[in-house]
Amino acid sequence: MASISTGKGLRTARPISARVTLNQRIGRALQHGDIPYKGIIVLAALSVIGLMVGVGVMLWIASSVTRNSDGLGFITATEWNPVSDLFGAMPFIAGTISTSILALVIAIPLGLGVAIFLAELCPPRIRAPLGFLVELLAAIPSVVYGAWGIFVFIPTVVKPVGEFLLNTFGDKSHGIFIPLFEGPFFGASYLAAGLILAVMIVPTITAISRDVLLAVPKAQREGAYGLGSTQWETIWQVVLPYALSGILGAVILGLGRALGETMAVTMVIGNVAQLSTSILSPGYTMASVIANEWGESRTPAYSSALIEIGLMLFFMSLLLNLLARLLVWSVSRRNPDQRV
Amino acid sequence: MTEQPTQAAGMTIVPAGAEPAPRGPAAAPAPKMKTESLSVYYSAFRAVAEVTLPMQDRKITAIIGPSGCGKSTLLRSLNRMNDLVSGSHIEGKVTLDGEDLYAPGVDVVDVRRRIGMVFQRPNPFPKTIYENVAFGPRLYGRISKSEMDDIVERSLRRAALWDEVKDKLKQSGMALSGGQQQRLCIARAVAVEPEVVLMDEPCSALDPVATIKIEELMQELKKEYTIVIVTHNMQQAARVSDFTAMMMMRPDRAGEMIEFSETQTIFTKPKDKRTEDYVSGRFG
Amino acid sequence: MTTMMAQSPRERMRARRIQVSQARENTRRIVNAVMLGLTGVATLLALIPLVWILIEVFARGSQAMTLDFLTQTFKPTSMGGGGIWHAIVGTVILIGLASLMAVPIGILAAFYVVQHPNTAIGLMVRFGTDVLSGLPSIVVGLFVYTLLVAGRSYSAISGAVALAIMMTPIVLRTTEEMLKLVPRSMREASLGLGASEWKTSFSIMLPAAITGVITGLMLAIARVSGETAPLLFTAQGSNVFSTALDRPIASLPLTLFKYAVDPDVTRNAQAWAIAMIIVLTVLILNISARLIANRRSK
Repeated sequence: MASISTGKGLRTARPISARVTLNQRIGRALQHGDIPYKGIIVLAALSVIGLMVGVGVMLWIASSVTRNSDGLGFITATEWNPVSDLFGAMPFIAGTISTSILALVIAIPLGLGVAIFLAELCPPRIRAPLGFLVELLAAIPSVVYGAWGIFVFIPTVVKPVGEFLLNTFGDKSHGIFIPLFEGPFFGASYLAAGLILAVMIVPTITAISRDVLLAVPKAQREGAYGLGSTQWETIWQVVLPYALSGILGAVILGLGRALGETMAVTMVIGNVAQLSTSILSPGYTMASVIANEWGESRTPAYSSALIEIGLMLFFMSLLLNLLARLLVWSVSRRNPDQRV
Repeated sequence: MTEQPTQAAGMTIVPAGAEPAPRGPAAAPAPKMKTESLSVYYSAFRAVAEVTLPMQDRKITAIIGPSGCGKSTLLRSLNRMNDLVSGSHIEGKVTLDGEDLYAPGVDVVDVRRRIGMVFQRPNPFPKTIYENVAFGPRLYGRISKSEMDDIVERSLRRAALWDEVKDKLKQSGMALSGGQQQRLCIARAVAVEPEVVLMDEPCSALDPVATIKIEELMQELKKEYTIVIVTHNMQQAARVSDFTAMMMMRPDRAGEMIEFSETQTIFTKPKDKRTEDYVSGRFG
Repeated sequence: MTTMMAQSPRERMRARRIQVSQARENTRRIVNAVMLGLTGVATLLALIPLVWILIEVFARGSQAMTLDFLTQTFKPTSMGGGGIWHAIVGTVILIGLASLMAVPIGILAAFYVVQHPNTAIGLMVRFGTDVLSGLPSIVVGLFVYTLLVAGRSYSAISGAVALAIMMTPIVLRTTEEMLKLVPRSMREASLGLGASEWKTSFSIMLPAAITGVITGLMLAIARVSGETAPLLFTAQGSNVFSTALDRPIASLPLTLFKYAVDPDVTRNAQAWAIAMIIVLTVLILNISARLIANRRSK
């Protein structure tokens, strides 16, 4: 009977255990290892939460030097000159934003196109293997992308594309001049980083969008087909609008990945702390300046400045994650077929 | 069975000039739609076996039978909705005004425009009421705002929904009650001016009051459309339809049509013993 | 048929119905075909980098791949450049240690989440898992630096902690998914027979979910075996063979990074060989995890 009373899954055990004194119950639980069990799994669970909070707190503390001396000016200042103790994060924020936008401009149509192909067009038999291949793109380590970028992608793709843009739009003396494509151009550039980032976030956008598209109820598609829509009209006017918030979630998660991507970007962006209007010029992103300059940060202010940039990255990814989860969740909750 | 007069009344409303042919199966006009020994397969599995079913213009043809007997599959093959299921194919013929719908070169999209469909569960798009109705017409051409307003009002009136929604056309179609949603789906279907409207158990997800409304609506709609309805509710078939096809599952699980006749005949003096058992509620 | 219906109400209505123009119908068909075709093109386009990277990595990587390269430690390029044995050992130590930390925490936390899904802690853990898995790896590196390295020295153990932080959410989530599939009745039957929670969890539920744990661990290892950024400020990297946990330690991705940006072409060639080892590892882990998961679902 004693052993039954610890069996909390059994209703019949309740009245019996109610008559047992608290001390007896504690003793019995200890003997069966239940209190340590509860304690330990709670501890494991709390450690996950602790890690999330801990990252924010530790980075906050460790960046106190620049936070106290520069305040919000740290974000807006455009000068980064560690030798004279000038720390402005704007060049990196701008670099992160511009490379991410460039990546999204390419990866959204591409990733969405693949997701549509996988969810709507391809025979179900090859959907899984094809999806797996696309997801393998996400499995290739960042540093390998970087090496491929330096030795293969920049010389064969980025250089010709960049030079074409430079010669067509980047010359003030003739033709149309667009400052976005102004020289000088060496290869390593925002363009190179943006293109590689695009390749890297396509799997993220594809995988989540595909799942969201597959979750759109069949009845919605049938409604559109029943009115005489073509397959594309059904996809474009019914399926995509229905899945819109989930796809937005996918894009935000992709953006989160692009913002924090470090090694590949560091290896192809050129690492120059400057503000530039041209995507052909070399630059820096928030993540790549931390990776690249950490080894040289000898003064407390220098380290603090780099950590503060890391803190900003942390808050950005926290925010984007929250937003993306809400969006993806709102779609899966709306799916009426799941009630059946 | 006492509801039969309703059906008769429905017939008399049709303008005299529109129906010169005398009544009765023997002298029936050429059917609007027809299946000729139609079999429907899902890969190797035959779901419907050799059904020959005429569907008269401006009449309601009901397809009844126990669940799993292939009623819905048959209905969905009429506007080639089954094409969406990979591995599905047919043998035999489906004709609309004598034209083979499965002939090579026939455009599925065109078939579905001419043969509209209302589904078992109301499936409005998550758009406004107005946009739901305007969706179909917009596919076929640029239509001016005033013309579209016209189409939307006319369609909603025909679906007997206008009075209930005319002040909230900009609200989401999803916010309506189940019965209203189903009528919105009917309005959406008739907005593209189909020739035939297929209804796949349109009331099975609705309460009795909403069901009656839809049934009344069907009597109105049949003045302009050929209607084919699948239902597992025999009373409904008896109440609304002019003709009834009775389907059963064969031992090899393929659905076959065991009897087709005027509804009155099916429900009062069926020829097949199984039909009699089914309509008298002895099984199914 | 058509003539006799000429004056029917429907025909009158049809007279003002929407005109279906052939030109527009043709446009619709063309748009349909083109757009659907483009999604296929997008799929091909997205797969090009994968194929391209794999070809380059294997073609260039195999050139510097020799037995000496795998078994020797670092030597200057003037002496032939040496090998990467120290980095292989370093990576194995880092990942082994990280797994020892991430697996128990991930499994135990997964038990918590499955048994208390809607408590405040349960929801927070889920959110924390999402945040941790989406956290830029460089931020994880900075965090572990501030926690374990600042004021002390770069060390293997801090590198392992950084990797463990990245592995935990993956182990947790895949274990959780599998535990959720274990029927409730199984747990209740065990508890009802008088088995303790420990015994129930570890001899009844965990075996039922073991494939989830294993695939989770494989995916987690695949995820971190190429991670470089979080090691920059923790394990730091090293050119000497070391197994000491309180000292900097070499790792394959760090060495790859260093060699790839090195001006020396010998180092560049070695970088490709390292890339090949890492990519091969990642591919094998991903594919086998996939196969195990597939077999389980059948």
